[in-house]
This record gives sequence, C-alpha cells and structure tokens, in this order.
Amino acid sequence: MSWKKLLIPASALPIIALLGYGLTRDPNKIESPLPGRAAFDFVSETLEGDTLGLADLNGKVVVLNFWASWCVACIEEHRYFIEAERYYADQDFQLLGVVYQDTPENARQWMRRRGGNWPSLIDPNARIAIDYGVYGVPETYFIDREGRIAFKQIGPVSRTLLKQLVDSLLVLPAGVELTGADAIPSGRSAGHVRGGVEDAAARVGSQP
Amino acid sequence: MRKLSFAGLALLGLVFLGMPTLAFASPPSAQEAGAVQEEELDPALEAQVRVLAAKLRCPTCRALSVLDSPSGMAQEMRGLIREQLRSGKTAAEVEAYFVERYGEWILLQPKAEGFNWTVWLLPVILLLGGLAFVFLTARRWVRQGQSAGAVIVEGGQERES
Amino acid sequence: MNNTIGYFSIIAALLLSAGGAVVAFSALRRGSATAAAFGRRAAYGVFGLATLSTLTMVFALVTHDFSVGYVAQVGSRSTPLFYTVISLWSSLDGSILFWGWIIAGYTAAVVYVHRARYRDLMPAVTGTLLVVNAFFWLLLAWPANPFTQVFPVPADGPGPNPLLQNHPFMGLHPPLLYLGYVGLAVPFAFGIAALVTGKVGGDWIRAVRRWTMAPWIFLTTGIVAGAWWSYEVLGWGGYWAWDPVENASFLPWLTATAFLHSIMVQERRQTLKTWNILLVIATFLLTLFGTFLTRSGILASVHAFTEGLIGPFFLGFITLTLIVSLALVAWRSDLLKSEPALDSVASRETVFLLNNLLFVAFTFTVLLGTVYPLIAEAVRGVKVSVGAPYFNRMSVPIALGLVLLVGVGPALPWRRGSPELLLKKFIWPGAIALIAGVVFWLAGATHFTTWLTLVLSVFSVGLIWGEFWRPAQARRTAHGENLGAAFLNLMGKNRRRYGGYVVHLGIVVMAVGIALSSTYRRERETTLAVGEAIAFSGYDIRLDSIYAGREPQRDFVEAAFSIANGGERLAVLRPRLNYYPMSDSPIGTPHVRTRPTEDLYLSLSAYARDGSTATVNVIVNPMVVWIWIGGGIIALGALFAISTMGFSAERSEQREAARGSVVEPVKAGVGGAD
Repeated sequence: MSWKKLLIPASALPIIALLGYGLTRDPNKIESPLPGRAAFDFVSETLEGDTLGLADLNGKVVVLNFWASWCVACIEEHRYFIEAERYYADQDFQLLGVVYQDTPENARQWMRRRGGNWPSLIDPNARIAIDYGVYGVPETYFIDREGRIAFKQIGPVSRTLLKQLVDSLLVLPAGVELTGADAIPSGRSAGHVRGGVEDAAARVGSQP
Repeated sequence: MRKLSFAGLALLGLVFLGMPTLAFASPPSAQEAGAVQEEELDPALEAQVRVLAAKLRCPTCRALSVLDSPSGMAQEMRGLIREQLRSGKTAAEVEAYFVERYGEWILLQPKAEGFNWTVWLLPVILLLGGLAFVFLTARRWVRQGQSAGAVIVEGGQERES
Repeated sequence: MNNTIGYFSIIAALLLSAGGAVVAFSALRRGSATAAAFGRRAAYGVFGLATLSTLTMVFALVTHDFSVGYVAQVGSRSTPLFYTVISLWSSLDGSILFWGWIIAGYTAAVVYVHRARYRDLMPAVTGTLLVVNAFFWLLLAWPANPFTQVFPVPADGPGPNPLLQNHPFMGLHPPLLYLGYVGLAVPFAFGIAALVTGKVGGDWIRAVRRWTMAPWIFLTTGIVAGAWWSYEVLGWGGYWAWDPVENASFLPWLTATAFLHSIMVQERRQTLKTWNILLVIATFLLTLFGTFLTRSGILASVHAFTEGLIGPFFLGFITLTLIVSLALVAWRSDLLKSEPALDSVASRETVFLLNNLLFVAFTFTVLLGTVYPLIAEAVRGVKVSVGAPYFNRMSVPIALGLVLLVGVGPALPWRRGSPELLLKKFIWPGAIALIAGVVFWLAGATHFTTWLTLVLSVFSVGLIWGEFWRPAQARRTAHGENLGAAFLNLMGKNRRRYGGYVVHLGIVVMAVGIALSSTYRRERETTLAVGEAIAFSGYDIRLDSIYAGREPQRDFVEAAFSIANGGERLAVLRPRLNYYPMSDSPIGTPHVRTRPTEDLYLSLSAYARDGSTATVNVIVNPMVVWIWIGGGIIALGALFAISTMGFSAERSEQREAARGSVVEPVKAGVGGAD
C-alpha cells in the first residue's frame, strides 16, 4: 500500500482547515489603514451653501459620517447622531456629514425630514470619499482633537459605540492613540451598502 | 487528393484570416452632419489610466476592477487617476495613493513580494515539476514497451505479447 | 398546509435516503438481491418525495402562500409568473431544495438505467448516491429548511433578488449549472463503487463515461450561458470577472474535462487507474467546494447567498468525503497499479498526460488564487485581493498550451508516432499557420499572446481538419462515396471520436473570440445631451430621448440612441436602468448590437434628472459572438459524441474502441472505420 501517493490529495486537508478558518472571518470587514494617521484635510460646500473645511474644526473631536439619502442603514444610525448632537452640545464636539454619491436636493430633503443641525458637505467627484478610502455607506470616522483618525466604523454606528468613542476622545489627552478594533465592540456591518448607487431617487418622470 | 486537402486547409485558413482582418480594420467613419467630434483625449494618458484602473479593485463592487466597473464610484476613481497622472504623478505614486487609503485590498493582484510569492510561484513550480514528471513517466512507459516486446506490425496493428 | 406537506416530504426523503443507503451497502456485503432491489426502490421513493416537496414549493410560490418561510423571503405579488416560478432557485434554501431534487432525479435515473447491469457495482453506486442525497435532505430538514412557518402571515413579500429577475436567462443558466454540478456526483459514486468492490478495471470506466459527459455538457453550457448572461445584463461589457463563484463553477469543469480525457487512456491502455479515481473524487469535492463557497458567505461575491449553519455542515461533509475516499484509495492502491508500454514518447498517451497536467495546473492555479485571500489573512493578517489581472496572467500560458494540444492530440497515434507520419501530418498545418502568422501580424494583430493564440488556432484547426480529411478521402477511394457521404459516414460511424474533434474545434473558436475581444476592445464613456452625437470607432451615436416607464415589478429609465455609420442608420439601442422596489441601487440593462465581427455595447450609467443628458458607456467588442458560437459548437459536438444511446450502441462503441487501436493509421490515409 503506497501511502506516499496520498500525500498529493492530502494537500486538500490544509484547504479544509483554511475554509474552516474562513468561516470565522467576515469578508466584508476590511481593515482600514487609516486609523492612527492624520486626517486628510478637505474643503467643500455644505448643503446650506457655506464653505467648510476640516481645518476649521481644529481642536474638536470630529465625527465624520459618510451617508446618502438612498442608504437604508443610514436611517438607523441617524437617530444616534441626533442624540449625540444634543448630548455633546457644549463640548468640543462636531458632527460632520459627507454626502456620498447623491444629489444635493435629495440629501437636503432627507436631512430636513429626519432632523439634525450639523453640516453635511457635498462631495463632487467623490474626492473626499476616495481620500478616506470609503467602500460604501454608511462609514464613520472618529477624529481626535489633534486631527488624527482614531477609529473607522464600517456600517452603521451603534449608540454604545458612538458614546464610548466620543467620551474617550473628549477625555483623553490629545495624542493618545485608540486602537479601536480591540478596545471597542464594533457595530454590526450588516446594513453597510456597497452597491455603487448613483442618483437612485433622481428618476426622470414617474416617481413611485 | 493532396491538392484538394490543401484547398480545404486554405479555405479554413481564409476563414480565420478573414475574421480578424475584419475586426481590426475600423470601418471608415463619415461624419454625419451635426455629429460632435470626438473630444480630444491624450491617447497615451488614456492608455496609462486604463492600465492603472485595471489593477485597482472597485471598492463598491466585489470582483470588478475600477476600469471595468460601471459604478459611479469607479467612474470618479478613473477621473481621479487621470487627474493625478496629468498633474505629473507617476503610475507608482498613484497606485501608492490608493493603497495608502484602502490598503493592499485595492490591488487586484497581490504584489510580488514576501509571502505573496507563494501565489505567484507555486503554480509555476507545479507546472514545471509536472512537465518533468510527464516526461519521465512517458520514458518509463517507452522502456516498458521495449522490454515487454510489443510488436508493431506493418499498418499500425499492435499486438501485445 | 404547504409547510406540512413540504416538510413532511423532506423528512421522509431524508429517512428513506439514509435507510436506503444502509441497505444498499449491506447488499454489497451479503450479495442479497432483495437488499439491492430495496436500494433501487428507495432511490425511486426519494425522487418521488423530492418531486413532491419541490412541487409544493412551486405551488406555494405561485399561489403566494406567504406563510411559507421561503415564499415570504423571495415572493412578491407583483413579480411576473415566470420569475415567481424561477425564484425557486433565487435564494439559499430554495436553491438547495432544487439541488436536492436534481440529485434525487440523477439517482433515480442511474438506478433505472442500470437496473439490470453492473450487478456488482450498482449497490455501492446506489448507496453512495443515497448518502449524498441524505446530506442534502439533512440540510433541508435543518439549517436550510425552506418550509418554516411564518406568523403572522405577511400580506406581500419583497420579491426575488433584482439581479435575478432582471433577465429571463435566469430561468436557464442556474438549472444548467446545477444539472452539471449535481450530475458529477454520479461518476464519483461509480468511482467509490469501483474502490469498494475492488473492480477498478473496465466496467466502471465504461459506465461512467456517459454519466460524466452528460453533466459535463450541462456544466459547459451553464458556464457559457452564465458568461453570456453576465455580458448581457451586468453592463460592464465583460463576461468573466474571475469572481470566486465563477471560479467555483470552473474548477470542477477543469477536472471533469481532464477526467474525460484520461479515462480514454484507461480504456485503451488499462493505466492511470489511480489517477482517474482521484480525478472523479477531486471533481466531486470541487462541486461541494463550489456550493460551499456560494452558500457559506465565506468569500464575498455578488452571487453569494448568506451564511448560517450551512457553512459548517458543508465543511463537515467535504471533510468526510475526502477522508473516506482517500482511505479507500489507499486501501485499494495495490489494485490500482499499472504500467503500459509505449514505443515512442511522441504518442497520444504522452499528449493525454500533458493535457492532464495542464488541466490540473489550471485547477490548482484557480483554486490557489481563489483561496489566497484567506491564506494571506491567516498568515499575514492582511486582506488582499486576487482578481482578473492575476488569473489572466497565470492562465494565458496554460490556455495557449491547451489550444495547441487540441490539435496535436488528435493527430498523434496511440503508442507511437513515427517521424514520417508526424512530418506528413504536421507540415501543411504548420506551413499554413506560419503564413497566417505573418498575415495576422501585418493585419495589425500585434498583441503577442493574441497573435500566438490565432497562429496556434490555425495550426490546431489544420491538424483536426487532417483527421477529418484523410480518413474521408480513404473512404472515398475505398467505397466510391462522394465527399459529403464520406464525411457523414465517417462521422456517423465514429461518433465518439468525431464528436470529440468537433468539441475541439469549438474550443478553438472560443479561444479566438476570447483573445480578440479581450485585447481589441475599445471603450468610451461620455455624457450626451438629447440630440447630441459622438463618433466612436466608426459609429455615430446620437442620444434621441430619455424616458421613464413602469412595469408591474419595476420602474425603468431608458435612453434611446440611434446608431448610424455615415448616413446609414444601423439601429436604435435602448440601454436602461431598472428600479426595483426593495433595492437601493438601479440594475442596468445594457443593449447590445451583435454582429459577427464586433458587438456595439451601450450601457447607461447615469442621466440628468430633468431628462436632458445621459451618460453612456460605449464599448466596441470585436468577435465576442464567437465565444457563444464556440460554446454552441462544443455542446453540439459533445451531444454528437454521446448520441449513440442504449446498450447495443454501447456495445458497438466498445467494438469501435477495440478496433480503434487497429484502425489508427500509422500510414496516413489508411484510416477510417471499416
């Protein structure tokens, strides 16, 4: 009996082990290389027509949220942002939205309907989104007082995540790095939409 | 008979010659009145954009490249690549820009370095080793044929002793 | 009600297949004819129950019974009937039910066809197939149960995945693929039966050839249909993205093709016995692996369904299959030894070995590339991608080798190729290929690999042509037939061989289409105002209008472009974007004008809300249609090769095979049957 011959097909066993390992991984979780690095600056026009840049918010903890009016998962996290805006009103805290692959009219309408007073930037040619390595919406970046990216959330944020991160960033002396993935339970990424959606609502004619 | 066979082959050859020739020759394009001229694009730049875009994975779709994807995000990324190249960045710098933001994930083929060599070299090793193995096996079989004393009869009939 | 019937039949099918498997295997040990007959009846019974549960699901879908879990998940009152029926396979649980039905059908068919033959093999074949059945019915009874009770019963459902209801082709492509995939369990079962019974010689190989060819035809057409669907529907102008799930369907195709070639060596030369067994095992494992990839959510992909307990179940079954099969191979390895005798390295045997090497190397490369992201994550902790650039670069040399062998293989005789014969057969094709090479180069085909593909294609076609021509000529002189009759008689009397050669020609046609369309594709994205036109690659493309409309299940925006060449109007193309109620993103439907030399492909990517401008991607794809034509030729050739049905045919085929070694011309021109 030649067991040597079995060595070749037995090479399939590591593949099985690998697939078993693969079952424990989430293929949609792609580690961003950005946390720990300085946030890229940008200047753009808000939905209200003002000009705003990240540099204007220096010294504040910034929660930078990429969203779109066609994004269903964004509805859920929006409530927490409204809560946060109220809760941290007198702190060095700023929410900042960036509209991803959407028309300004739709975005404006959406904000009006759902509430919230923070500014959202229009992102022509998706330059801000590409600069921040955005895969889809929603995605949220937590930027510390020093202007460094502390954490990136892919998919909607949870109330707990938002509170924990912002609290720690407000309390921590500037410059202390948060290794988010280990320290904080990550929110679900189930609602994260990757479908590159253009102006879904901007249909010509019949609007259902 | 040989002549006819040749004619048949030539015919087949012509079919194969004909097909690609038709495909390469761009039909003459007469400009219809009112048709807008193709806007001037720098062909060298466009070629560079295409090469780069084909190497990058479209982040909003799963398996398509930035070049192939019809999604809006891929469209913007092609625009950004064009803009960066035009501003004098090298292809390597543009690639590095995307890797810096999206991680190695954005490259559609693993960089040939370090551990990644396995994915590039293992198939080659297998193929070369396999070629050697096939050659040795065939030679062994031939030796077998010589020692077994198989007889080849005129006309190709074979008979094993 | 539907839930009760459906679930009851699933549980009954599970019990019957498990019990039938035990009894069938016991027949093996005791040689009991009653036990073997029970195994057979169990197979029919499982098929009956499978049909009952599948029909119940179709009935529930059509009658919108939203109390059924699967219907609540994929059904919708607004979905047209056709898409409602095919939504049976549009999502996870339903597709596994469909799988189960097909495997039950194959099992019943195998058992029926061979009810009076292969008495020693059949109990083990039945038993193995029933084990595979039992696994799928277990999945359906537990983690993938489509008949869960929904309460309260919703009034309506979301409808199937928009991508799957965007094109009627979804009614064809998945069933073809499944018929191919699932059917490859049959050769596996014969392989296992050969090992279990120790009869690793001729019988199982003879029985298995047709049972491999049939699924192979389904799988081939399924893959080509999938490529065509992706080209016509996805809007990026390509047909193959090396997506993990596409790879998953390609992998068993590669090993099954290798197997179809290497069994010929075993038939003729009684060798490669271990190798053949390993190939059927690998093929079946790869079908399980492919199903695992799509159903476990392990690798993200557009096709992937969602996860759950199904991943671990599949992994368990794959491991079990692997361990049991390899243990059997090891146990029987002394029976599997064999060494043939050759007279020359330049023989068809060697070409078959090379062919198998290339197919295995191809399989390995695609498999490695598909799982490498997992390997990299495990070893380096970094997520990487392996996509089209890697697969294209790695597969082109292998594919070129195959295009060459497609012609060289048929031209080389078994056992030995004498130098004179080789010279005689190779000189004209070689000369013509050289001339063609110069012409192609001058004609502008200066992309090296494409040029090489064309040259090798001409060479291979020349060689295959010789295999038709010489024997036909010989018939003509020997029987005084005219040329047409000589060809027809030649092919009709050697269906297997000439069907195979036709398949080879189809491969060449496909290779030419792939090479030319991938290297000479021209593409341009542009935004046009209504009334405006651009000139691109010989076409004047004018945007006539943009309009919106509504269909029962969706809204759409369509743009009409009139295409002209000079003053001559060629066509009006209407690419569109479809909006489904439950989907965020619009699903585009490109519009393609197909001609033998090139396709004009328009895909709408955006438009202004006021209907004034549209952004369109214009792609000119040369020779794409030859890929689909090549696929058709392959299917026809393969059908021709197995068209000799029934036992008498099988016997005459054995005669043919036996005679083949005599007929095979060493002296050119002497060939031809009779």
